[in-house]
Amino acid sequence: MSLAETTDVAQGAGRDNAVVRLDGVSKQYGSGANALLALDKVSLSVSKGEFVCLLGASGCGKSTLLSLVAGLDQISGGTLDIDGKRVALMFQEAALFPWLSVAGNVELALRLQGVGRADRKERARDLLEIVRLGGFGGKRPHELSGGMRQRVALARALAQNADILLMDEPFGALDAMTRDILHDELERIWREQNLTVLFVTHNVREAVRLGDRVILLSSRPGRVIEDFKISHPRPRRIDSTEVAAQAAEITDRLRAEVARHAN
Amino acid sequence: MPTEVAADTISGLDALELAPNRDKGALGKRIWSGAWPKLLAVAIVITIWQIVVLSEWKPEYVLPGPRTVFADLGDLITTEDFWSGVWLTLTRAFTGFLLAVAIGTVIGAAVSRFAPLRAAIGSLITGLQTMPSIMWFPLAILLFQISESAIMFVVIIGAAPSVANGLISGIDYVPRTWLRVGQVLGMRGLAKYRHLILPASLPSFISGLKQGWAFSWRSLMAGELLVIVPGALSVGVRMQQARDLHEASLVICYIIVVLIIGILIDLLFNAADNALRKRWGLTGN
Repeated sequence: MSLAETTDVAQGAGRDNAVVRLDGVSKQYGSGANALLALDKVSLSVSKGEFVCLLGASGCGKSTLLSLVAGLDQISGGTLDIDGKRVALMFQEAALFPWLSVAGNVELALRLQGVGRADRKERARDLLEIVRLGGFGGKRPHELSGGMRQRVALARALAQNADILLMDEPFGALDAMTRDILHDELERIWREQNLTVLFVTHNVREAVRLGDRVILLSSRPGRVIEDFKISHPRPRRIDSTEVAAQAAEITDRLRAEVARHAN
Repeated sequence: MPTEVAADTISGLDALELAPNRDKGALGKRIWSGAWPKLLAVAIVITIWQIVVLSEWKPEYVLPGPRTVFADLGDLITTEDFWSGVWLTLTRAFTGFLLAVAIGTVIGAAVSRFAPLRAAIGSLITGLQTMPSIMWFPLAILLFQISESAIMFVVIIGAAPSVANGLISGIDYVPRTWLRVGQVLGMRGLAKYRHLILPASLPSFISGLKQGWAFSWRSLMAGELLVIVPGALSVGVRMQQARDLHEASLVICYIIVVLIIGILIDLLFNAADNALRKRWGLTGN
């Protein structure tokens, strides 16, 4: 028996309290003969408090999809509804501003939200405490390690007080040990802060480790192939047999999709 | 995993990943290691100079030796006239440079903001940078006669393009990821400039300032030799007078003074540049 229950996207559970809803969303770059269809009629929804991983090989348009949800880019067709919710986006690079201290980077996000000067310091300190960097507010970004910088970026994203946290391969550039620990951290913060997370990755095990659901996308153009529900109890370990078995199943499906592009 | 263990693991990893503090050594030792190559270079130059003098390639009254020149320099810097000349020259230099910074910044900001303006004068700015500033003096003298304004005109036109170019390339090369972060954080219009574009372009702007200073200092020296404003006894004028009186030693003294001023101001710019690099973590290692 398969551990995964494949669900039809359109009838996915929790459709009613969905905070992100994509219905037949397409994205095309350029026009005419040079047009590139990045996303083709993608439909999916993310419920409040859900942790959804988007998984796919190169060219599946997963980053494009996040940009669309974040409002950084315009859709070419279909409907995209985030119900007036606010989004925060994290990238593979922490992209902290080097002219500000660690606390200053978090405070800037608060400032742009219109938080008053008096509140900013305290809120920034609390947020750094959440990502376990309480004592590092006065440091400069370059004085921290890659994993620590990524946690500052997470604190900055949390400072935006967004309902939906979009993450674009946020741990892709980190070593395995750091990534492992940050998975635990992200899971804890997601639970404590009641976040809704849409997490893009090309690492199958990472997706199974973190997600309530793993949505598999095809490449060129990106389409939803399958929506896996991951029901193993949390906290999971990335090296557990359950995660490995589930990941193997999804990897096979992904390989079949990649092989389709061989000719 | 229990929370305390998780907290310990992550703190432990943080501690391991942070670079240990390296001992930079005693202050005296650091100053010495920075200073001795420069002192050696000075010693080599003085030695060569002395050898040329000893070879009697030119008579002593045309090319005096280091001993004579340094004795004269020692006398010179104890005179009030000398310091008033230096003061006048530095006042001109700073006034001209600051005006050039103001004008260059406005032009740079305008050019990087409006695409048609860039197409129109972007390459003109680069062209102006390569123009030897001494070429402007005949026109400046026709426009402003023999006056302070003629000198200022050339100083500004020599330095402003470098300042503008520094700002333009700083704004052009703001990393894309920072721009995306700015967008995600909701920066628009003025806030984007204040919190992202201007601070991000600072390193390039500082190199523009440094280059601009070099150009304005050179233009000023050319100006002081060519445009002799009556009553204004600047460093350049005093040097011309020394030449007229065939005081070769004094001419060399002024050359040394101008060189030292140039080096000192360059040190200031380098200190600012290094402080910024250190804060940003751009120092290579």
